[in-house]
Amino acid sequence: MITLPEVLILAALLFCISVAGIFLNRKNVIILLMCIELMLLSVNMNFIAFSHFLGDIHGQVFVFFILTVAAAESAIGLAILVVMFRNKETINVDALDSMKG
Amino acid sequence: MIEQVVFYLFASMLLLSASMVVVMKNPIHAALFLVLSFFSSAAIWLLLQAEFLAIALVLVYVGAVMVLFLFVVMMLDINLVTIREGFARYLPVGIIVALLMVTAMGLVVGSNYFMSENYMAVKEVSADHSNTRELGLTLYTEYLYQFEIAGAILLVAIIAAISLSMSKAKLTKSKNPGDQVFVKKKDRLRVIKMQAEKKE
Repeated sequence: MITLPEVLILAALLFCISVAGIFLNRKNVIILLMCIELMLLSVNMNFIAFSHFLGDIHGQVFVFFILTVAAAESAIGLAILVVMFRNKETINVDALDSMKG
Repeated sequence: MIEQVVFYLFASMLLLSASMVVVMKNPIHAALFLVLSFFSSAAIWLLLQAEFLAIALVLVYVGAVMVLFLFVVMMLDINLVTIREGFARYLPVGIIVALLMVTAMGLVVGSNYFMSENYMAVKEVSADHSNTRELGLTLYTEYLYQFEIAGAILLVAIIAAISLSMSKAKLTKSKNPGDQVFVKKKDRLRVIKMQAEKKE
């Protein structure tokens, strides 16, 4: 029998790993996108755990919408990445300074 | 008991592959470990009786999004040396932030609130219960409007991704009708005068 805190702790650890990944790989846009996918996965796991333990289907509907938006986000992110590589010949985040911000 | 063993197996696989995604040098290896972490979380979702979403995760993420990631990684010629610099420099900061978040979230999750009786009474479902049917009934009645917005978002994403990544080279020989209407005789026709030549 799985209990709710076990799943919640698993999702929290997954979220922390992906936050640490954003800190560690701040040069590489591809790994940053992958870390964002992992974060969304951990959030989805929380939704599904609560949906299971409360016997409520609405949490799973929410996960469905998050999956949709995450797929759209990664498709656009990768398209932006391809355009960036075509213009700058690198995927380093530091190269994105043409606006002098 | 067996359920718990399976849960801990897939949970450790998920955490291990997620940390490999973070520390891997080669982006292709990171993408493949991300596939493994999606598979193991799909198994955990199956244990939590979310069958439709588990299969959708494998189909949509492993089948489409991760193939897109691998395609982009292989298409781009990435210099691995420069994008790895700074990894060791940010390692202490990353670990400190991760540990702080683990403690903060552990304090919330580990409190007695989530142990209470409300979350223990899992609804027993019969063997012929269909998760897909239940999800579909909710999705197409209560959430119909949001569902259509989600479809519109996907359409916008398709158009945006195509228009962003399409190269600006001219692919078709199309005419501009406005230019054709305003064309004058002198733009097209040139009258030249020349001497008549003698017939041989």
